[in-house]
Amino acid sequence: MAIPPLLDRRRLLLALAPTATVLLTGAGACTREAKKPAPYAPTFFSATEWAFVNSAVARLIPAEGAGPGGIEAGVPDFIDRQMELPYGHGAYFYLKGPFINDAPATLGYQLRYSPREIYRMGILAANVSAQRTHGGRFADLTTADQDRFLQMVESNAVQFSPVPAPIFFAQLWANTKEGYFADPLYGGNRGMTAWKWIGFPGARADFTDWLDQAGRPYPYGPVAINGARS
Amino acid sequence: MTERKRPVDAVIIGYGWTGAIMAKTLTDAGLSVVALERGPPRDTSPDFEYPRIADELKYGIRGDLWQPLANETVTIRHGIQDTAVPYRKYGSFILGNGVGGAGVHWNGQLWRASPEDLRLRTHIEQRYGKRFIPADMTIQDYPVSFEELEPHFDHFEKVCGVSGIAGNLRGQIKPGGNPFEGPRSDEFPTPPMPPIQVARLFERAAAELGYKSFPVPSANSSIAYTNPYGVRLGPCNLCGFCERFGCFLYSKASPQTTILPILTDRQNLEVRTNSYVTKILMDRTRKVGTGVTYVDENGVEVEQPADMVILSAFQMHNVRLLLLSGIGRPFDPVSGEGLVGKNYAYQMCSVTGAFFSEDVEINPFIGAGAAGQRVIDEFNSDHFDHSHLGFIGGSLIYAGGTGGRPIEQMMLPPDSPHWGGGWKAAIRKHYRHSAPIGALGSVMSYRDRYLSLDPTYKDAHGLPLLRITFDWHDNEYRMAAHSAGKMDEIVRAMKPEKQVTLAIRSGKHYDTRVYQTTHTTGGAIIGSNPTNSVINRYSQSWEVPNLFIYGASSFPQNIGYNPTGLLAGLTYFSAAKIRDTYLKSPGPLVPT
Repeated sequence: MAIPPLLDRRRLLLALAPTATVLLTGAGACTREAKKPAPYAPTFFSATEWAFVNSAVARLIPAEGAGPGGIEAGVPDFIDRQMELPYGHGAYFYLKGPFINDAPATLGYQLRYSPREIYRMGILAANVSAQRTHGGRFADLTTADQDRFLQMVESNAVQFSPVPAPIFFAQLWANTKEGYFADPLYGGNRGMTAWKWIGFPGARADFTDWLDQAGRPYPYGPVAINGARS
Repeated sequence: MTERKRPVDAVIIGYGWTGAIMAKTLTDAGLSVVALERGPPRDTSPDFEYPRIADELKYGIRGDLWQPLANETVTIRHGIQDTAVPYRKYGSFILGNGVGGAGVHWNGQLWRASPEDLRLRTHIEQRYGKRFIPADMTIQDYPVSFEELEPHFDHFEKVCGVSGIAGNLRGQIKPGGNPFEGPRSDEFPTPPMPPIQVARLFERAAAELGYKSFPVPSANSSIAYTNPYGVRLGPCNLCGFCERFGCFLYSKASPQTTILPILTDRQNLEVRTNSYVTKILMDRTRKVGTGVTYVDENGVEVEQPADMVILSAFQMHNVRLLLLSGIGRPFDPVSGEGLVGKNYAYQMCSVTGAFFSEDVEINPFIGAGAAGQRVIDEFNSDHFDHSHLGFIGGSLIYAGGTGGRPIEQMMLPPDSPHWGGGWKAAIRKHYRHSAPIGALGSVMSYRDRYLSLDPTYKDAHGLPLLRITFDWHDNEYRMAAHSAGKMDEIVRAMKPEKQVTLAIRSGKHYDTRVYQTTHTTGGAIIGSNPTNSVINRYSQSWEVPNLFIYGASSFPQNIGYNPTGLLAGLTYFSAAKIRDTYLKSPGPLVPT
């Protein structure tokens, strides 16, 4: 019986797929991230907003102690780039009205705003609020005051309008974690340092050699989508 | 102006699992078929190729393979007096989009229902008495038995190359399999993968407690395998980019990896992607479907006449299209009359986070949607005595771990710092040494849980969104508490340093913000006569006999299993009847 041509192609691809994985993870690849990247110039955030994002990320995932901080991992750069993508413009969300503002929280996000708008309004509100509670813009506070202020934002102990403080915080923290853990392709997780810190092998995606080794520590470091290893 | 296409024998709405099954069935029989898919064309190459598919942000978080909610979503409310609001961002469930549908980015846990699940009302009444079923619980029997569906379950498992161990082979209970399953006519087509580490610990703990764990039936093929259609699947490598992703290895069964390759060159099949069906058309008697109207990729409205209409979209979309087309009477929860939209149900999930000491290497990134997982079925369906428990149903309890992808799947004990230096230390401490154990539980159907058209919110074409009215009932709170208690006990025997069980406690509302499961069911239910159902045992509309409706929209209530095996079994059962009877003599397949 004749095999349809597609099956031949499929079989060929099947044979090639593991090879491609090996090539990407093989010892030959050595594209290292530069140690000191050029300073990133934000496209979306204004200078004041950029100061806020940088100082907030520096508290959410601080440099102190072992493990990479959010700044070192490039998280602010990641967030700025995301704001220029469809995600930042709200393209992933249903944003048609009417908007009901007293719906139960369990029914999810009910604001009209895109992630860009949430940052614009949230950062403005945060700086106004920080001025009132701590006598300065967020970026100018001591790190101890910044931590206290972020706790207040997270727990809705400060009044933000029109974007409630916890919603602003939730987006900031979600994007911060994304920038820390996403593939370096998006500008964060620089040098795969966050993956190395927790022991996630990134885009390796082939554990054939570990199927019968459950319980033994996996020995290989991460690989990125562009083939970089660390 | 509406463009009118040349009439065809059959039009298929939605090109996922059931659409693919019906495209094969009808083109095998020589019919001319047009399949309409709302999303884009997709195939393993180039859409799911390595390394680009190994991108958690793009596929696992943003959801680039999912239905774009910006164009169409649903609205949700908890009670029939409430105002529904849109599901604006993904949370509770994920809708598929494009060729293959959600069959591209599912886990591949391929279960059959338990025999008693298919005759639930009768079974409960016989074992516990009629009064055991609450007055507002609207569960009913399937009009088809496990024995009738079994050959079709078996066939679909072979199509998908499912890995597992038979627990009941032609009535004989076999070691290593599920002793509670209905009799199988044959073994699983492929052997199970070895257990991942959390599943090994689970197996040992379950055995200590006297439970019989077994491999999750997995449509992530364990070996190179050729299915009955001559299509080849490759072995899974536990890559960790499975559910929410397309499979780059041709291991996870999807329409693309099992059925579509043999349809590609068929001259009597045309697949039109980016084609959004807005209405099923009827003749003046409203008893004959005459085709569909859709909006094509250029925004042009097109009419496709057809002698047979196959409605094979996702569960919610099936129900919405019936309502938009005015087929059948919409269900009214106040009067209890009408059938379209009736008996919407969901599943109730619980999870235990197990946090081990740092010498226990979980390797959470090694995993798949189903392969390598282990499960017990002791506390599911009616496998245990409910007489003093005060609820109907149950859960399967399984040790999974599908890839430890750090943005979505980082697990920390609830007393860990939310952020800051303490968080950074906690992720290092726990990431490689923690694992989730899950319970997937049934949800019964109730008079006040249903689907209808939303009076306010519209899609990008100006058509009303589907409205879900849903919240938990006492039966399910009790079920979840029972399952979570058993799960907690098993995890204790796995000896973690710390464990935390999250179950939905009595009085808590359905929370749409948190991913739970995409196993939504009902709304176009199957039944024994036109007064209790939208479709008959052959998935044929009672009202419009040349309309067939496939998918979990047919489930009269939900089960404690992943639904794909059951809905595919019902589809193949219908397909055989269409091939053997309907095409020779179109008309009602069940007399009324």
